[in-house]
Amino acid sequence: MTNHWIDLKNSDSIFIIGCNPAENHPISFKWIEEAMDNGGKLIVVDPRYTRSASKADIYAQVRPGTDIAFLGGMINYALQNRLIHEEYVRDYTNATFLVGEKYDFKDGMFCAFDDKEKSYDLKSWAYETAGDGKPKRDLTMNNPRSVFQLLKNHYSRYNVEMVCSITGTKKEDYLKVVQNFCATGRPDKAGTILYAMGITQSTHGTQNVRAVAMLQMLLGNIGIAGGGVNALRGESNVQGSTDYGLLFHMLPGYLKSPEFDNVDLKAYVEKWTPKTTDTKSVNWWGNTPKYLTSLLKAWYGDNATAANDFCYSYLPKRMGNYAYNKILEKMGKGELEGLVCMGMNPAVGGPDSGHARTALGTLKWLVTVDLWETETSIFWKRPGVNPKDIQTEVFMLPAASSVEKEGSISNSGRWAQWRYKAVEPLGKSMSDLWIIDQFYKRMKALYTKEKGVFPEPITKLAWNYGTGHEPDVHMVAKEINGYFTRDVTVVEKDKTLEFKAGDQVPAFKYLMDDGSTVSGCWIYSGSYTKEGNLMARRDESDPTGLGLFPKWSWCWPVNRRIIYNRASVNQAGEPFNPKRIVIAWDATEKKWKGDVPDGPWPPMKDDKEGKYPFIMLPEGHARLYALDLKDGPFPEHYEPVESPASNLMSKVQNNPAVKIPKNVSSDLAKFPFIGTTYRMTEHWQTGGMTRSLPWLNELVPDMFVEISESLAKQKGIKKGDKVRVTTERGSIEAVTLITARLKPFNVEGKMIEQIGMPWHFGYAGLSTGDSANMLTPTVGCANTSIPEFKAFLCNLEKGGNKA
Amino acid sequence: MGMTRRQFLQGGALAATGIALSGTPGEANADAPVTRIKGLKASTTICPYCAVGCGLLVHTKEGKVINIEGDPKHPINQGSLCSKGSSLFQVAVNDRRLQKVMYRAPGSDKFEEKPWDWALDRIALRMKETRDKTFKTTELNKKDNKEYVVNRTDGMAFFGGAGLDNEECYLWSKFSRAMGVGQLEHQARL
Repeated sequence: MTNHWIDLKNSDSIFIIGCNPAENHPISFKWIEEAMDNGGKLIVVDPRYTRSASKADIYAQVRPGTDIAFLGGMINYALQNRLIHEEYVRDYTNATFLVGEKYDFKDGMFCAFDDKEKSYDLKSWAYETAGDGKPKRDLTMNNPRSVFQLLKNHYSRYNVEMVCSITGTKKEDYLKVVQNFCATGRPDKAGTILYAMGITQSTHGTQNVRAVAMLQMLLGNIGIAGGGVNALRGESNVQGSTDYGLLFHMLPGYLKSPEFDNVDLKAYVEKWTPKTTDTKSVNWWGNTPKYLTSLLKAWYGDNATAANDFCYSYLPKRMGNYAYNKILEKMGKGELEGLVCMGMNPAVGGPDSGHARTALGTLKWLVTVDLWETETSIFWKRPGVNPKDIQTEVFMLPAASSVEKEGSISNSGRWAQWRYKAVEPLGKSMSDLWIIDQFYKRMKALYTKEKGVFPEPITKLAWNYGTGHEPDVHMVAKEINGYFTRDVTVVEKDKTLEFKAGDQVPAFKYLMDDGSTVSGCWIYSGSYTKEGNLMARRDESDPTGLGLFPKWSWCWPVNRRIIYNRASVNQAGEPFNPKRIVIAWDATEKKWKGDVPDGPWPPMKDDKEGKYPFIMLPEGHARLYALDLKDGPFPEHYEPVESPASNLMSKVQNNPAVKIPKNVSSDLAKFPFIGTTYRMTEHWQTGGMTRSLPWLNELVPDMFVEISESLAKQKGIKKGDKVRVTTERGSIEAVTLITARLKPFNVEGKMIEQIGMPWHFGYAGLSTGDSANMLTPTVGCANTSIPEFKAFLCNLEKGGNKA
Repeated sequence: MGMTRRQFLQGGALAATGIALSGTPGEANADAPVTRIKGLKASTTICPYCAVGCGLLVHTKEGKVINIEGDPKHPINQGSLCSKGSSLFQVAVNDRRLQKVMYRAPGSDKFEEKPWDWALDRIALRMKETRDKTFKTTELNKKDNKEYVVNRTDGMAFFGGAGLDNEECYLWSKFSRAMGVGQLEHQARL
């Protein structure tokens, strides 16, 4: 989230698309209702009439996977009717930038596509630059090669009729959504967009997110109270686990994990440190060398020196894509020997889980660390298999629960909050911290004692977290924050600071690339300083009245509660909305008041020191036109890989940058219905944490599928009947729930039914049922590889016999 | 702010199952008389389910969890909880929780209990065998036909965990990279 949960109360229009907070983030609705009590409107756009929709002022139905058409039409409407926040767009986005001659878009394709590799040449989309290296700009935005004109031209095709024929939305509903939300383009109005997996789980998921962000840029809704681009994250610490780089492509703090051709630290820095010649641009990622060096110092301690590239060579280098789907594909072919699952359950949680379960059987060894038996830990005795045929050695380790250990977790609003240990771990269960520590210590002992391949990255790792039974979690947190490795004097404009070796770093601006600082995750620098553990703070004061609660816990970066907040003021530093001031420049004191600003520099119009607000981009301006996505600078509508419709926008049916696997089918004779998966209040994710809790099982005991009244009539199905749902991947049975909340979609004049199902069930736990992911396809987003769980084709038959 | 007691879920067929909002802060206090928590120790925690980050109070006695409820002082949830948050007690106190290390030998049809030491030593051996066998010092890039130093093992993958604490995530990330495991992935990819 650019903003945070309580900030929802500051919104004039809350636009929910691709999430269902009343169901999946129930307590957030407290703040949505507060906004509504203050006159704000709630818009819900969803394929289903959800619990969130039931509270909405405006509801519009949308066919799964057509969000770009829906949002593109909103972009078009805002542009055509001049509802945009023009000053914001001109000053703070790249609308004024000129695009190079090569860029072109025709018949659904951007220029420079290699059909064999299924990839574009991104260089052909570059800005046109002047002799000083800066992109050329036209502040009138009339130049036909300006981003503004290209954008206007691109989305002129997304008129209301076209959009509604694609999305199946009723025109009057669509207009209500568009008119209400686009009214937040006024400087004194705030609109927020909330999304989750309905937006990301798509073959064009990243472009869906971009369409959301672009609409918010045009309406001047980023950086302000009650605005923002807000991903509602679904797991208690999935924000933190992402921040700490538990993904193949990045290290902690969103630093890129090194690629094979980043042969040394210099080459890494050269490749991943963006440059600018514009002195008004902060270009924060220009600090990449400081953050990587401080990370290497945290990992290799005194062994990391300037002379040995701070042990950079110890880091594994990637060549290719190791996203979840790819790993499962390799595992299926028997190319992996071992797997460790720390609270993860691939037998239920990923797409095509039938394949995942078979793939687990190719492993030599499997370690699961969880509170419960999961489908993954007992995959070898799952229904329908003979354990004797499965040669995988399985270690099922019992983990402590969240109330049995101490540490922090980061919520969706980036608040890192401290949890305390209330009781000892149950039975012989142990904290994950202890388990990881044991893994490491035993590996180190083995590699110290015996010969082995390239032992240094293990034997020379800095791993000093006290002498207790388990690592001292405070020592780990302090290493993450970072400290000085030697005495350092820092001369600032108005003061000189002296730090001693071992002092905690006050914030990431003090991190250096010379080995004088350590920090395990630069974005958390400032969380545990000489003032102590700021994540544990419980001060209930709210001086601005906006709900920022600046002394409750700690939030990254540098406790800034609303990021990009320099875009909430005009070039002179005056708030666009005087009623909800996030930050304001005090000209007498020469400083910002309010939230922690996105940097201390004076307002942008200050000739000498003023800076652009979008500090994370080298050009300092938010990108209406993207330069680095694999599937185009502008989001373009393509159909989901399995779809009942042909693409009305162009002849290009699917995202051309996506490689399509074999086991998908859009044969409507075999699979006439749209299938979609979702989550619910009473269960959670793969069900491990809920299906063994009697209170929750009593609320929702069985796997079910939701169908419309019309489909029930057509198939002669009654409430509670068993049905079989089938896709190209597999088949499941479930209890039928017939509901008026689901309606068929109008697809090119034909009514196509939808089938909704939760994905929380499996064969382990107290309450069991078939897994919806037996049905879902492995194809994923061109940029992120996140699978297309939300839109696939299926068949449904009465009766419960599995195929 | 006052959480109005509106019918939160009118019209839904699942409405009967409800979202169990536990009421306004005032009510939470009224509902928590001194006698109910008398003699109990209280500590704060954050909900392990979704990422709203609601606060809870854990009441314990003699090392046992007696009660868990919403933290009325927490600015996000102000004492309220959903049905999952309200059920956290049954995570802490639940006879289905794993309490022992269990091992399943290849081809076996059952788990057997093992000591931690035995299992961890054996896991370390497996990890080392796989790492030593599959470690790639260099790899050929087909595009330019050159060998590059990669120092990586593709013989194992590490999955998880959005359910770990930050400090655990950090050590997991650090350990994975030290092992040369590039195939580190978790729930954020799904």
